[in-house]
Amino acid sequence: MISVESVSKRFGDFTALDDISIEAPDGKLTALLGPSGSGKSTLLRVIAGLEVPDSGTVVVSGRDATSLPPQKRGIGFVFQHYAAFKHMTLRDNVAFGLKIRKKGKPEIKAKVDELLHLVGLEGFADRYPAQLSGGQRQRMALARALAVEPSVLLLDEPFGALDANVRADLRAWLRRMHEQVPVTTVLVTHDQEEAMELADRIVLLKDGRIAQVGSPRELYDQPADPFVMGFLGRVSKLDGKLVRPHDVTLSDRPEDGWEEAMVQRVVHLGFEVRVEVVRGDGEEVTAQLTRAEAEALEPHAGSIVWVRPPASGVSA
Amino acid sequence: MSVDRRTRIGLRVVALGYLAVLLLVPVGLVFYRTFEKGLGFVWESVTTPAAISALFLTLEVAAITVPLNAAFGIFAALALVRGRFPGRRLLDALIDLPFAISPVVIGLALLLVFGRTGWFGPELAEAGIQIIFSVPGIVIATVFVSMPFVAREVAPVLEEIGEEQEQAAATLGANAWQTFWRVTLPAIRWGLAYGVVLSTARAIGEFGAVSVVSGKVAGETETLTLLVEKRFQNFDLAGAYAASALLALIALGTLLAMSLIGARKSEA
Repeated sequence: MISVESVSKRFGDFTALDDISIEAPDGKLTALLGPSGSGKSTLLRVIAGLEVPDSGTVVVSGRDATSLPPQKRGIGFVFQHYAAFKHMTLRDNVAFGLKIRKKGKPEIKAKVDELLHLVGLEGFADRYPAQLSGGQRQRMALARALAVEPSVLLLDEPFGALDANVRADLRAWLRRMHEQVPVTTVLVTHDQEEAMELADRIVLLKDGRIAQVGSPRELYDQPADPFVMGFLGRVSKLDGKLVRPHDVTLSDRPEDGWEEAMVQRVVHLGFEVRVEVVRGDGEEVTAQLTRAEAEALEPHAGSIVWVRPPASGVSA
Repeated sequence: MSVDRRTRIGLRVVALGYLAVLLLVPVGLVFYRTFEKGLGFVWESVTTPAAISALFLTLEVAAITVPLNAAFGIFAALALVRGRFPGRRLLDALIDLPFAISPVVIGLALLLVFGRTGWFGPELAEAGIQIIFSVPGIVIATVFVSMPFVAREVAPVLEEIGEEQEQAAATLGANAWQTFWRVTLPAIRWGLAYGVVLSTARAIGEFGAVSVVSGKVAGETETLTLLVEKRFQNFDLAGAYAASALLALIALGTLLAMSLIGARKSEA
């Protein structure tokens, strides 16, 4: 388990972390989510020992690690831009930590082979990083970090430099790998979808402070404030409340208490249909319908619909 | 920018002509003059005791200075690129000082510090250490003039590779020393090699500073460049050409090494 207690970190006039306390439970994947400049990467680097906090403590696996150098923390770290050792083959990259620990040759070979199998790069052992794709390099970096059997795995925007489809593949792969090898993991990301898909717990950061901590569903369904709601998914404003577009209900006939509105634009996005309407009082609302709902309603620009008042939502 | 064919060929002719007049023709003439009197004469001329001693002194000085410069250069480049200390910009400017000052002035400055009447002169004389007019003086002068090359070649490479590989090594358990040997040094090796070659070429070819501090004792403190000058001053033109040809040969060797390393450097 990792626990961070009252950590603060300033860079000149900029406060990167302002009295942050978090916990990352054993065997779980915790995501540090937030916009750029929220302090999530700095927090991860403080946990790794790559940054020294101005105040506060970091405890890794029950041991106060605040003043330990990165070498002694028992961590594995994966960088956004892979940080591959360019002059070494893939095999030597993965073996690096084991060689530093002066393990025997047969043991190193067996471990590296096992890890290359785990990350699906068996056939690439003798290639150099320059001969690998971005996705392959990042899997190599993961294998390299896992080779030293770290008690915690720290991932700093690991998929941030990859193409969208490669990112989706690797995300699914990482989730499966974490199920196989349930090492305590902290993942930094600015992508809420990535956090929702991978994390057991999300710590949402804003301006160096914690906005909300909880399971992905808790953050999505019970956001603490408009920022959390807006960061976790699309929002629309209705009667002074923030609601999810898929919670907005439209009807083609008037109902008691519903507001009349005119359709401005209909966008077909394959599995969903986005309908932008403007109400009589000038408020613009976006509704997200399923295809079946849209076929029943047949909305088109200029048609009149009725909008149901929000059942719940966050006061804007 | 598009340049039409005629202009392009014209520019090429001008550039190559300029190089030919200033570089190729003079160096070619040195070789021509050298071998004018036949191979036997050249061989005799470069195997006199003074010439052999000059060649070995030149190589000895290079063999001492270049490793010193390499070690200092790596250290200085690391301090410049990775260091966070006050006075970093000052160090940055100071490293180029040997390029900015004329070698003769450097030689005179060394006289002022280490000469018999210089700052440390009396103390050194008492301890029985002679620096000026002996090999240590030549080495110090050569170190001074060829100091910046390695640092200037290595610093941009360090800048480019960034800190992440080194940080990754640290998270994998490597201490600073292991990180340097296993990650940093291999990553900068071509830049370092290029700096070493440049430094070697400068060390072998240095004349001005060495001329002031060496004392020019034939067979003892006379380097190849000093030998060339002496023969020239003594109207032994053929002998001077022969010694020059030897220097030029070493220079061509370093040039070859440089272009080979340069190719590897741009690949890496």
